[in-house]
Amino acid sequence: MEKVELINKLNLILAQEFEVDAAKIKPEANIKETLMLNSLDAIDMIAVIEYEFGVKIPAGEYAHIKIFSQLYDYMQTALKN
Amino acid sequence: MGIYSCIGKNLDEVRESLYNGKSGIVFDPERKEMGFRSALTAYLEKPDLKGVLSRNQRVYMPEQAMYAYVATAEALKNAKIDQDYLDRNVVGLMYGNDSSADPVVKAVDTMRAKKDTTLVGSGAIFQSMNSTVTMNLSCIFKLRGINLTVSGACASGSHAIGLGALLISNGLQDMVVCGGAQEVNPFSIGSFDGISAFSTRESDPTKASRPFDRDRDGLVPGGGAATVIIEEYEHAVKRGAPILAEILSYGFSSNGDHISTPNVAGPTASLEMAIKLAGIDINEIGYINAHATSTPVGDAQEAKAIYNVFGDRRIEVTSTKSQTGHEMWMAGASEVIYSMLMMKNEFIAANINFENPDEDSAKLLIPDKRIEKKFNTFLSNSFGFGGTNATLIVRNIN
Repeated sequence: MEKVELINKLNLILAQEFEVDAAKIKPEANIKETLMLNSLDAIDMIAVIEYEFGVKIPAGEYAHIKIFSQLYDYMQTALKN
Repeated sequence: MGIYSCIGKNLDEVRESLYNGKSGIVFDPERKEMGFRSALTAYLEKPDLKGVLSRNQRVYMPEQAMYAYVATAEALKNAKIDQDYLDRNVVGLMYGNDSSADPVVKAVDTMRAKKDTTLVGSGAIFQSMNSTVTMNLSCIFKLRGINLTVSGACASGSHAIGLGALLISNGLQDMVVCGGAQEVNPFSIGSFDGISAFSTRESDPTKASRPFDRDRDGLVPGGGAATVIIEEYEHAVKRGAPILAEILSYGFSSNGDHISTPNVAGPTASLEMAIKLAGIDINEIGYINAHATSTPVGDAQEAKAIYNVFGDRRIEVTSTKSQTGHEMWMAGASEVIYSMLMMKNEFIAANINFENPDEDSAKLLIPDKRIEKKFNTFLSNSFGFGGTNATLIVRNIN
């Protein structure tokens, strides 16, 4: 999957799941703040990504993913492997 | 009061349905495909709460919590209680619920298929617990009093109201949001179908639930949610609340007998306790809302118990389950509301499908047509598996 396609799909899925305006999802935006995630919602983000992309983000890795660009990079690497 | 039921999504719709003898029962083809003996069920749409509640609130709610939210929002509005009042006062919550099977089954399916518990999602644990309704409502409405689910089988809603009234009469709470909720999905009642408890009159769904009728052949599962706001009388007067009625008494008993087959002594004891505690002349009771679910044994035993207590007094007895099916954990609360709507609007809804009495129901006055009648006190029975019995007596306040 091309990175642009990955980003668009991720943004769309996350915007739908967490009911936020997709336009607010920008590479440098904070994930928790943008998606208004609490600790339980983060579980749903990991789950929806696993359902849609087959990529499981381990808790240890997720802790380092703060902004969307980091998520895009993580996902691109994971999908290549 | 507030309600979300198969015969109406609010009090006005339900009143109309009761008045017109409308049935909420349908045939559900999905159940037949799943191997159900009976595909009969009450039908109600799931409320669309998107835009009403946030995703963070909705994700923890199974269907019965959604029904309970709608019913409770209506009840609070009718009782003239807004969020500001709830923020400034200690209000309790006591709700009947005795299953949340659908989320449990779906979570287990996911765990078995995916071998990954994360994939069940964050809402599953909160949706799966028996106390899901009270945990959701207490957080949504920010309630800070008693916060407790009552699981008393098919008497859950009735016990919830009775226990709420006891908290108030003992001075422990000024106001308690009480009610009962029941999920409506195949998983929740498949095992109930499995013990041949349901009517198989699938060719004529609206005729299937026929409490007290000679040809009844089982119950029809139903559901939804019903909420009543109960409040200490002087407290209600002081805040200018629209006071509808007074809970005179709460009777209860346990059969101490068979797990599913009801007896006569247990229900009789519950009725007698309620009447004694109400401190009224039995002749004041103008209407009896029976538990009668349309099962051959249950209805007969209740008819005997009512006759034991009321004898040859000609007091109208009906089971609103003839229209709604058996709303189980919700029934005790919804049937108080059905009775209240009748009392306030001076009619008694028909016990629809009551065509021929059997030897026990022949001793009771069971109207098969709606009657116009003014009454000021009613008695409502709810009985459940394990022999749990509850009886409420309620008196009108104009």
